[in-house]
Amino acid sequence: MTAVQDPPNGFRHFHDQIDELKARLLAMSTRAEEMIEQAVEALLHNDHGIAEMVVASDIEVNALEVEIEQRAVALLALQQPMARDLRFIVGAIRVSNDLERIGDHAVNIAQSSLRLIEQRATLVPDPEIEDMARRARLMLSDALDAFLRSDGALGRQVCAADDAVDALHNSIFRILLTHMMADARTITPSLELLLVSRNLERVADLATNIGEDAVYLAEGKQIKHHFED
Amino acid sequence: MLAEPFIESPSATGAVEARNFSFFYGKKQALFDISLAIEPRSITALIGPSGCGKSTFLRSINRMNDTIPGVHQTGEMLLDAKDLYTHGTDVVALRQRVGMVFQRWNPFPKSVYDNVVYGPRINGVASRPQLDEIAEDALRRAGLWDEVKDRLRRSALGLSGGQQQRLCIARALANQPEVLLLDEPASALDPIATAKVEQLLHELKSELTIVIVTHNLQQAARISTRTAFFFLGELVEADSTDRMFTRPREQRTDAYITGRFG
Repeated sequence: MTAVQDPPNGFRHFHDQIDELKARLLAMSTRAEEMIEQAVEALLHNDHGIAEMVVASDIEVNALEVEIEQRAVALLALQQPMARDLRFIVGAIRVSNDLERIGDHAVNIAQSSLRLIEQRATLVPDPEIEDMARRARLMLSDALDAFLRSDGALGRQVCAADDAVDALHNSIFRILLTHMMADARTITPSLELLLVSRNLERVADLATNIGEDAVYLAEGKQIKHHFED
Repeated sequence: MLAEPFIESPSATGAVEARNFSFFYGKKQALFDISLAIEPRSITALIGPSGCGKSTFLRSINRMNDTIPGVHQTGEMLLDAKDLYTHGTDVVALRQRVGMVFQRWNPFPKSVYDNVVYGPRINGVASRPQLDEIAEDALRRAGLWDEVKDRLRRSALGLSGGQQQRLCIARALANQPEVLLLDEPASALDPIATAKVEQLLHELKSELTIVIVTHNLQQAARISTRTAFFFLGELVEADSTDRMFTRPREQRTDAYITGRFG
């Protein structure tokens, strides 16, 4: 019996296009991660310039989302992918949508920073916010790694990390509440910081979605909403 | 010894099941210990690279391989719980119950009508009204009646390729088979004729057990209820078509259907 032949050229061409889609997703996630990092930096250092830069970057991430979706739809229509290729392309559409929203959250954080700078707020962001930002970014970076390398275990690890971020958000809420009760002048900046915390918590949620997509890609198991637990 | 007629049992449903079935062309083993239950009244697609044994398996279901010298098999191939390979099976009767359509349409050089009633005629149906009824019924079921009703007496070879292929399906249906085997039935047809054959199979699946060998994975995905993947003479995986083409369990299945062999 003959051994299996090489994939036909059509397939090779198709897999090159999948690799290109991966490269675009990687570029988009790198950009989204940078935006989160810069938005938090602007917040911590009252840096107006960096905050403005984050707001301006949004257009780039939006354009990448549109480009990835167009590439993915074209591959679905022209190549009729199956199995893991199908799961990857459908996942890529979802992941790019999540990354675009992460970009929006970075913009929200940057805009909070700009308002805090404008208010000349004296309230210093709590270290918990920095910790939360670090964790959310790590989750995002791991989730993308898990998706691009089809690593289900890492995807699950990302999902598990979300609880710690949720706990930090709750803790920040309590801390800010204490500030607000103690000194009414801190209410406006506290509400801004609460918004920042809420945005970071959402970034972690979206990273969790990407982690779930990675598990589906790697294992074919739907773990969203504990569907196949 | 007299051939034992392969009589249809009253509870016949067209269920096909291979149990530890192996097949040999002389010393060369083409199928290794295949166990596969094919659901009645459904379409099962057999996929796999060339030489994987899928056509051998298909042809084993109506003993079409018997015509090749030196072949033998072990294990069982059951049709409605009865082994097809028991000594004395009436192979001609078997092939009426299990019809077959090939990649290259092969109508007889006769009229459309004579092609369709060929089987019933050799089975002794002589009454003209009865034959007319059989012909119309089979051609209607094959979705061909409206296209050929005015040219039943003309040569079948004057039909288009797609029509000739559907005529071959009608010819098989005229024998009232329980199982229909198709070996790449649409690989030489244009997309419109292919769509007609696929639509026809979809309509027939409520009446028949259909097993189709195809290299066209999209076709397997479009029309079959279950899919079985063969590789190097082994059955690697069989599951619902939905599962096989989105989340196959076996790495080799995934590698084949995504074109990643190497």
